[in-house]
Amino acid sequence: MSDVTTRDSANTPDHGHGHGDVPADDLARPLYRGPGGLPAADMPHRPRRSDTDPKAARRAERQVAGLFLLSMLMVVLFIVAYVAIDPFTDIYVPLFGEIGFQNFALGLTFGLGVFCIGAGAIQWAKKLMPDVEVVQERHSLASTPREDVEAAEQYERGKEESGFAQYKLIRRTLIAALALFPIPLVVMLRDLWSPKNGGFGPESPVELLSTTAWVEGMPIVTDGTYVKIRPEDVPVGGLVSALPENIMEIQEEEHSLNARAKAAIILVRMEPDEIRAQQGDGWDYQGILAYSKICTHVGCPIALYEHRTHHLLCPCHQSTFDLADAGNVIFGPAARRMPQLPIGVNEEGFLVATAPFAEPVGPSFWERG
Amino acid sequence: MSTTEKVGEQVATYVDDRVGSNRFLGRNLKKVFPDHWSFMLGEIALYSFIIVLLTGVFLTFFYKPSMVEVVYNGSYVPLKGIYMTEAYASTLDISFDVRGGLLIRQMHHWAALLFIAAMAVHMFRVFFTGAFRKPREFNWIIGIALITLGLGAGFSGYSLPDDLLSGTGLQIARGIVQAIPIVGTWGAFLLFDGEFPGTEFISRLYAVHILLIPGLILALITVHLMMVWTQKHTQFPGPGRTNDNVVGYPLMPIYMAKAGGFFFVVFGVTALISGLVTINPIWIFGPYTPDQVGAGSQPDWYIGWLDGALRIFPNIESVIFGYTISWNIFIPAVILPGIVFTVAALYPFLEAWVTGDKRDQNLLDRPRNAPTRTGIGVMAITFYFLLFIGGGNDVIAITFDLSINAIIWFLRISVIVLPPIAFLITRRICIGLQRKDREKLLHGYESGRILRLPHGEFIEVHEPLNLKERTVLESAIEAYRAPLPAPERVDANGVKNKRYRIDMLRHKLSHWFYADDIVPPTRAEIEAGQAHVAHDAALEAPLHEADEKDTVMVPFHGGILHTEGEPATNREQLEERGGNL
Repeated sequence: MSDVTTRDSANTPDHGHGHGDVPADDLARPLYRGPGGLPAADMPHRPRRSDTDPKAARRAERQVAGLFLLSMLMVVLFIVAYVAIDPFTDIYVPLFGEIGFQNFALGLTFGLGVFCIGAGAIQWAKKLMPDVEVVQERHSLASTPREDVEAAEQYERGKEESGFAQYKLIRRTLIAALALFPIPLVVMLRDLWSPKNGGFGPESPVELLSTTAWVEGMPIVTDGTYVKIRPEDVPVGGLVSALPENIMEIQEEEHSLNARAKAAIILVRMEPDEIRAQQGDGWDYQGILAYSKICTHVGCPIALYEHRTHHLLCPCHQSTFDLADAGNVIFGPAARRMPQLPIGVNEEGFLVATAPFAEPVGPSFWERG
Repeated sequence: MSTTEKVGEQVATYVDDRVGSNRFLGRNLKKVFPDHWSFMLGEIALYSFIIVLLTGVFLTFFYKPSMVEVVYNGSYVPLKGIYMTEAYASTLDISFDVRGGLLIRQMHHWAALLFIAAMAVHMFRVFFTGAFRKPREFNWIIGIALITLGLGAGFSGYSLPDDLLSGTGLQIARGIVQAIPIVGTWGAFLLFDGEFPGTEFISRLYAVHILLIPGLILALITVHLMMVWTQKHTQFPGPGRTNDNVVGYPLMPIYMAKAGGFFFVVFGVTALISGLVTINPIWIFGPYTPDQVGAGSQPDWYIGWLDGALRIFPNIESVIFGYTISWNIFIPAVILPGIVFTVAALYPFLEAWVTGDKRDQNLLDRPRNAPTRTGIGVMAITFYFLLFIGGGNDVIAITFDLSINAIIWFLRISVIVLPPIAFLITRRICIGLQRKDREKLLHGYESGRILRLPHGEFIEVHEPLNLKERTVLESAIEAYRAPLPAPERVDANGVKNKRYRIDMLRHKLSHWFYADDIVPPTRAEIEAGQAHVAHDAALEAPLHEADEKDTVMVPFHGGILHTEGEPATNREQLEERGGNL
């Protein structure tokens, strides 16, 4: 509480660094200083109880120290919780329900421990440190005209001495060189992806995006259990997520999910007379239709099917497709219909693709056309 | 001097001999910062970023940024024996097999959400109070860059666990990249090392998430704070506060204790929330597989507006010369954020050009004293909020049993219609508030008390404003600007004004910006008005003599209660105690 200078020292002219903390009009009258030895702002102020009552000040001191003590206690409890609590027990906390006991205890003890330090420091500042607001002058950030001139002179001198203006050839070649040097850094990004055939032909992005694992005669298997499907396994009104039979082999071979991301399909079955249009003649099998599962908007897998209306709704952006009407878009942000996969049955009576997809599946891309 | 102090001094001298630190400390330990609750918003952003850094380092010790398929064999029984990437498996390990790992993971996520939210609200404060004006335009731009980077940091982090939800987010991101004309397809292949999902993207994203973006954020935050330091903080108008001073508390000790303490408070609260509230329970979503998705997939809140734009945009796609342009994706997901962030970054310069204001502005505007700016801000928030609603349209449709089509059509129309309406309403409200302020300055408060004077006249007693209120209201005088004058086609010497059209546009915009503002009363008018009001109060005074024996409202309505005889201001109090607090 003694960080306020006395009247005498406050009136001593400021020999500092020309900061001029003292407003000019204040120099005439006695100056009173708040914290930091700065002039106190002339504004309404009410002393706090801890300023006037020593008991209140001591109470505040105990509160602050108490908070710091509580923080230390929490650290001890944290260690206890870390060592002693079984990570797999749950605890019921009102409002929050069943939650992991250890996570709760660690969060509580660590959180309170840290919080108490902060609360103590703030309480200290609010109750015991000076609460008199003080004034500091601002100074223009702009340089003085003399400094401006000096900067300009120095710049000119440097320009002269380097001969930047004089040696045209140096100047131009330097600018050109600086413009070119980042090129290798950009060029090297080329191998972020290294396709075979340099990105042309069957390994080009366009080719890759346009082909899937579906080929003529490829049996259709269920997603998850990977068993072949007979037509009678697909009930009217139902939806079956499916994949090509060889999907797991491809995944093993490629060590990636790329093939799955393109080849996923859904099978739906409706009464044959409910089908108003298809993308190709006889691409259904007895009312069973196969469509790509990958949304043509930005590629979310779709499986929300409303069997009475035959609408397929994307859970990500709500594009809606009518599977009874050639998979056309009837609402939402998708611009393209869902590609249909022509299907039939093989000699063993299992559902198979009768041809690959006729168009690329998934989101559009520049070269798609 | 105690031993500790001696050692302290020796250390200070040792360091000072080498870096000259004492000069800096001597000048700056008493640096004054103004106090206002809204100045803590930026602090919250800073502190939550530090928490994100600290918890993030812990997470890197256990997380494996790898898309190699493994069979899960950890403690979480429902997923035992299931194929998943190492990224997902290691995130499960952090959640179940590292003690405190879940707490740190949840703190990381909560603090990240808080970081972006605090930045956004901090931006609102800076915008609506005009704190971005000269000389602080650069810091505004840095702020916009920080928010943009914050979104990138958030999205990249959200994608790393490789759970079903985050993988779906990546699939959408890939779809967006592919929709960029000309370079999109190749860009997507380069980013993902081929097709989606590939085997490399997680590790690439990891480098971006833990090195590139946080490095940039750290660098920009440093510059941001150094600028605040150099330019000194803005302050709200109030007694003793001018455009040329800072009124507040010195850094040492008060701000150190308050701001330092506040860091611990934010840290502690984040830990408490993370102990109590689950965030991003990736074990429920399951590992990512490109042919599955959960219904009700939602991004983190800060991406919601972009997802909303993607949801409500009409399905326009065109094929030109055999090339596809997906306007339905490119515009909402690439062009829109591009425009939003660019316009936001340039706003200080646009406003300065329109208003012609070239002065340093260290006193904050009250939002009502800049009705057009406040209107623009509310317009932007309305636009944002409608898109944000769009991002949750499926949840809203289910919760309120509404048609999703109806919601989308409502949003398509309202996102264009409602923001201008919000602008007009806000501006009107501001102007109304300005009018009210003018009234108060001229006529004080209406007390609602009718006084009958001895000669029979009835008057309604008005009460004068207290010092604080009056200073705050008077700030309207400084804030008020007349619109720029209309330019002349030819000057006095008959020379044609070549910039006539530009100047005319500027005049019109300036007129639009300022013309409807209420002209504040002059200081003389205020003085006269308040004196008149004080006269009313004096007439009433004898009636209150009895009940004001013990306490007086010094000397204004709404003032701070003081015991009689207690000095009212800092100076008077200090004077009474001979300069000692």
